Amino acid sequence: MASLVGSRVERKEDKRFLTGKGRYTSDINIVNQTYAIFIRSPHARAKIKKIDTSKASKAPGVVDILTGEHIAKDKIGGLIAGWAIRSEDGSEMKCPANPPLAKDNVNFVGDPIAVVFAETLDEAKAAAELVKVDYKILKAVTSLADTMKSETIHEGIDKNMCYDWLLGDRQKVKEAFDKADKIIKLDITNNRLIPNAMEPRACVVDYNTASEEITCYTTSQNPHLSRLIMSAFGGVTPENKLRVVAPDVGGGFGSKINLYNEEIVCSWAAKKIERPIKWVAERTESFLTDTHGRDHITHAELAVTNDGKFLGFKNETIANLGAYARVFGTVTPTYLFGPCATGVYVMPAAYTNVKAVYTNTAPVDAYRGAGRPEATYTIERIVDKAAIELGMDPIEIRMKNFPTEFPFKQTLVHQVDSGDYVGGLNKAKEMSDYDGFATRKKESESKGKLRGIGVTTYFEACGIAPSPVVMMLGCGVGLWESAEVRFNPTGQVTVYTGSHSHGQSHETTFAQIAADELGVPIENIDVVHGDTDKGTFGMGTYGSRSLAVGGIAIVNACKKIVTKGKKIAAKMLEASEEDVEFKDGEFVVSKSNKKKTIGEVAFASYLPGVRDEVKSPLPEGEEPGLVESSFFDPANFSFPAGSHICEVEIDPETGEVKLDKYTAVDDFGTIVNPLIVEGQVHGGLAQGIGQALYENAQYDQTGQLITASYMDYTMPRADNFPEFNIGYTCTKATTNPLGVKGCGEAGTIAATPTVMNAVINALGGREISLPATAEKVWKACKENKKSKAEAA
Amino acid sequence: MKTFNYHSAKDVKEASKLASSSSAFLAGGMTTIPSMKLGLASYKDIINIKNIKKLSGIKVTSKNVTIGATTKHVEVANSKEIKKALPSLASLAEGIGDPQVRNRGTIGGSIANNDPAADYPSACIALNAIIHTNNRKIDAENFFRGMFETCLKKTEIIEAIEFEIPQKSSYQKLPNPASRYAVVGVYVAKHKTGINVAVTGAKACVYNDKDLAGALKKDFSSSAIDKVKILSSGMNSDIHASADYRANMVKVFAKKAVDAC
Ligand SMILES: Cc1cc2nc3c(=O)[nH]c(=O)nc-3n(C[C@H](O)[C@H](O)[C@H](O)COP(=O)(O)OP(=O)(O)OC[C@H]3O[C@@H](n4cnc5c(N)ncnc54)[C@H](O)[C@@H]3O)c2cc1C
Repeated sequence: MASLVGSRVERKEDKRFLTGKGRYTSDINIVNQTYAIFIRSPHARAKIKKIDTSKASKAPGVVDILTGEHIAKDKIGGLIAGWAIRSEDGSEMKCPANPPLAKDNVNFVGDPIAVVFAETLDEAKAAAELVKVDYKILKAVTSLADTMKSETIHEGIDKNMCYDWLLGDRQKVKEAFDKADKIIKLDITNNRLIPNAMEPRACVVDYNTASEEITCYTTSQNPHLSRLIMSAFGGVTPENKLRVVAPDVGGGFGSKINLYNEEIVCSWAAKKIERPIKWVAERTESFLTDTHGRDHITHAELAVTNDGKFLGFKNETIANLGAYARVFGTVTPTYLFGPCATGVYVMPAAYTNVKAVYTNTAPVDAYRGAGRPEATYTIERIVDKAAIELGMDPIEIRMKNFPTEFPFKQTLVHQVDSGDYVGGLNKAKEMSDYDGFATRKKESESKGKLRGIGVTTYFEACGIAPSPVVMMLGCGVGLWESAEVRFNPTGQVTVYTGSHSHGQSHETTFAQIAADELGVPIENIDVVHGDTDKGTFGMGTYGSRSLAVGGIAIVNACKKIVTKGKKIAAKMLEASEEDVEFKDGEFVVSKSNKKKTIGEVAFASYLPGVRDEVKSPLPEGEEPGLVESSFFDPANFSFPAGSHICEVEIDPETGEVKLDKYTAVDDFGTIVNPLIVEGQVHGGLAQGIGQALYENAQYDQTGQLITASYMDYTMPRADNFPEFNIGYTCTKATTNPLGVKGCGEAGTIAATPTVMNAVINALGGREISLPATAEKVWKACKENKKSKAEAA
Repeated sequence: MKTFNYHSAKDVKEASKLASSSSAFLAGGMTTIPSMKLGLASYKDIINIKNIKKLSGIKVTSKNVTIGATTKHVEVANSKEIKKALPSLASLAEGIGDPQVRNRGTIGGSIANNDPAADYPSACIALNAIIHTNNRKIDAENFFRGMFETCLKKTEIIEAIEFEIPQKSSYQKLPNPASRYAVVGVYVAKHKTGINVAVTGAKACVYNDKDLAGALKKDFSSSAIDKVKILSSGMNSDIHASADYRANMVKVFAKKAVDAC
C-alpha cells in the first residue's frame, strides 16, 4: 500500500465546509435558550460609580441582569496569565485581577461590566440600552512609549510594568560590542494587529438541572484548557461537571486560545438562571475585545566587523500587554520572542530585554507566530541595515553568518536539531531569479516606478512543548499532547486528539498518518477533536504544535495498537509473536505466510472466546478490545526555517506599493500533506504581508479604537497578492518519529520583514515604519527626491 | 438592529406615499443595512424599491447614457453599450468596493447617500448629469449639497440619472485600501461646451475643480496641471490620508485622468 504521508489528499473537511454544513457555535440552538448581551465600557479607563439596572430589568423579555457584584458574591475567579515570568532582578511579574465582569474599574473600551439575558436578542439589546452606568472617567494610558511615566493603571503595579525581563548576558554583549568595527542601530515599532478570525467568538451554554452538568459550546482553540481554567481558576463548577465543546471553529490565529469573560460569565450564569444561554459576538465586539497581537517598540543594535561578521546583538523592547495579562500574554514577548532574537545566525553574544507594560487597550496575546514574528522582524531588518551600511549584498551577509553544522546551539536558548540554511537560501535565490532583479528594476524605472527586492531568512521554535522545559520557563501547565486510537469491532478507526482544528485540517492530516500506521483505508478513519467528553485531555492548537506534538501522540497510540494486535494475531495464527510481522495492515507469519488483517484482529479482540466459527481466545493476560492512548511529550521544540524573497514595485507619485513577486522556500521537515501545507503557507503569508502593508490597529489618545471596522482596519484581500512561488527543502526533525516540524506560522513570521526589506530597498535604504502605507511611502519618496536635489 | 416595518412598493407613487422623515428606501441596502446593524441609523419604515421595474435599466443614445436608479454597479460595469459609449463610467462602476458590493449596490442609492468618498457623484458632476426624480429634474451641480446631503426631499425618489456623453473622459482613483472607496477620485471630462474636473473623496462633498478645469481649457495636457496649486485647506484628513497628501493626490490623479483620456 502506498504511503499517504506526502500525498495531496483532498480535505475530508471540505465537503461540509463547502456545502454549508459546518456546525459552528452559533449554529447551535438549545430549546428555551436566552440571549446574552454584554454591557461594555465605552471608556478606556474609568471607575464604575453605579450601575442602575432597575429600568432595564423591567423591560420586556428580560430574564436577568448580572453584574460584577454578582460575580464577586459567587466568588467566580477571573482571567489569568498562563505563564509566570520573572524580572531580571528575580522579582515576580505583576498581574492585575481581571474579573469576568468588572466591578470597580474598567480598563479598556469593551471591558464587560454587566450582562443582560432576555428571551430574544432584540429584547436583550433593547434592555441593555436601559442599563445606566455612572462612570468617573480617568485619564487613559495609551502611548506605549510613555506608559512607564504615566499614571498607574492598576493599583500596586508600579510604572505599569508587569516585568522587566532579561535573556542573555549583558557583559558578554558589552565585550563583543567593544571589539566591533561598526554598530548598526535600529528603532522599530511592531504595529498592533487585530486577528480577525472569520467566525466571531461565541458561546452557547446549557445547564442540566438534574445532572448539574454544564455544557459550554464555544469558539476555542483548546477546549480542554478552557475547561481546566474555568473550573480551577474560575471556580464555575468542578471539571467533571463541565463539558466544553469547540465544534467547527472558523479561525483563531491565537485569539481563541484564551478563555474569555463571556464564556465564564455564561457558564456560571446558565446554572444561576437555570436557562440555556446564547451569546454571539458582533464584529465590533470582536475588534474591541478579541486579544490583539504584536505592539512592540524596539531598539536593537548589531555589532559587526567590516567584512560583515556578526559579533553581538542586543534587543531592548517595550511590549504592550494591553489592560490585562492573559494566557499567553506574558510569554509571547519573552520566551516565544527572546530566544529567536538572533535569528538563523551564529551570534557570539546577545541579550534581549523586555519591559512588558499595561495600557488602557485590549489585552494583547499570541497572534499567529506569537513573539517569533516580532523577533524575526527585528533581526532581519537590522541584518539588512548592516548590509546597506557595509555595502554588502543581503544574501552575502546572511550566508556569511549562517551555522553550517547541526545540531546548532543557538545563542540564547535553543539547541536546533536540524536544518540547512545555506541550501534553503540558495534555492530561494534560484527560484526567485534573484540575479535577474537588476533587469526588472530597469524595466520598472523605465515606467517611472521604483523596484525593490527583500530577503529574509528565519528559523522559529514551534511544536510548543516539551513540558519540563516550558514549566521551567514559567508555564502553568505541561504542554504535551494526547491521543486515543479506537478500533471499532467492525474495523473502522476513530482517532481522538487533544489538539483542535480551526482551519488546520487535522481530520485529513491525522487520518493520513493513522492510515499509514495502521494500514487502514483513510475513508475508514475519523478524527474527533474539540470535545472534553470525547478523548482524554489535550492542550490544544497553537504554536504550530498540532502535528509535531499531537500527531506524534497519534503515531504512538497506533504503534501500541499494532503491538497489542501482534500478540492477538500471533495467538490467532498459532505462531510466536516474534515471527509475526505487521505491514500494510496485515499481520503476517513470515515463515508460513499465514496472515490476518488488522480488521480481523480488531474484531477478534472484542470477541475473546470460542463459539461456533468464532475462535479468538485472547493471549494470556491481554484485556479485550483494541483501544490505545498515548501522551506525547517531545524532547525539544521543533525548528522550521526558511528563506523568503520578494519584489515590490512602488509608484513614487502615489506611494502605492504593489507586491509583484513572492518566493518562499521553507523547511518544515517531513510534509504530510503538501496541499494543506500550501494553504497554511499562503494564509501565513497573507497575514505577514498584511502586517507589512495594510493592517494597523490604532487607538486615539483617549483609548478609543479608531480602527474598529473593516472600513478602517485594512484586511488584505486576494487582489493584493501575486501568485506565491512556493518551494521546500527538507531536513527532518530528529525529535519525533515522523520528522515533522510545523508549518502554521512560518509565513507570518517571514513575510513581514521580507516585504519591508523590499520596500526599503526600493526606497534606497530609507527607513520606514510598519505598515508601509501609500502616504508614508509617498513621503519617503519625496524626501528622497529632496535629498537627491540637495546633493546635486 | 431595531425592528421596523417592511414594505415592498409596487410603483413609485406607492413608495413615495409610504415615505416619511423616519423611513428609508431600500435599494442595494449596502449603506442602509450596515448603518442599521451598527446602530448608527434606525427607521420606522423600510421601503423596498427594487421591485419597481421602471427604476432599473440602461438606455444609451448618441448623446446620453441614462441609467435607472436601482441599476446595480455590476450592470453598469458589464454593460456593453456603456463600455462602448462611455467607457470611463463603466470602469468607474467596476472599481467600486468589491464584487459583493457591486452585485447589490445601486447608482441611485449611491448618489442619494452622497458619501464624500463615493465614486458616482464625481461622474454626475463631470458628465453634466440630470437627476430625474418622481417630480422634477435636477442638475447635478445643484443636487449634491454637502456631506451625506442632497437636495432630495424625504418622499422624493430618484428614477434615473442621465449622463451627457463627452468627447473624452476618464476617472482615476486612489482607493482606500480598507473599504475601496475613493481616498481621492478625479473624473475629467471634455465636453464640446467645456471641461469638468470633478473631485471626490478629497473634501466633504464632491466638487468641480474650476482651477484644474481652467488650466485644461487652455492646454488639455497633464503638464498643464503641474502649474495649478492645490491647497490642502478644506481637505479631509483621516488615518488613511492627511489633507496634504490628499491635496497632492488630487493633482496626481487629475494628471493620470488626463493622460488616460
Ligand atoms: C464595503 C463597501 C464598500 C463600498 N465601496 C464603495 C466604493 O468604492 N465606491 C462607492 O462609490 N461606493 C462604495 N460603497 C457604497 C455602495 O456602492 C452603494 O452605492 C451605497 O452603499 C448605496 O447604494 P445602495 O443601493 O446600497 O443604497 P441603500 O443602502 O439601499 O440606500 C442608501 C440611501 O439612499 C436612499 N435611496 C436609495 N435609492 C434611492 C432612490 N432611488 N431615490 C432616493 N433615495 C434612494 C435610501 O433611502 C438610503 O437613505 C461601498 C459600500 C460598502 C458596504
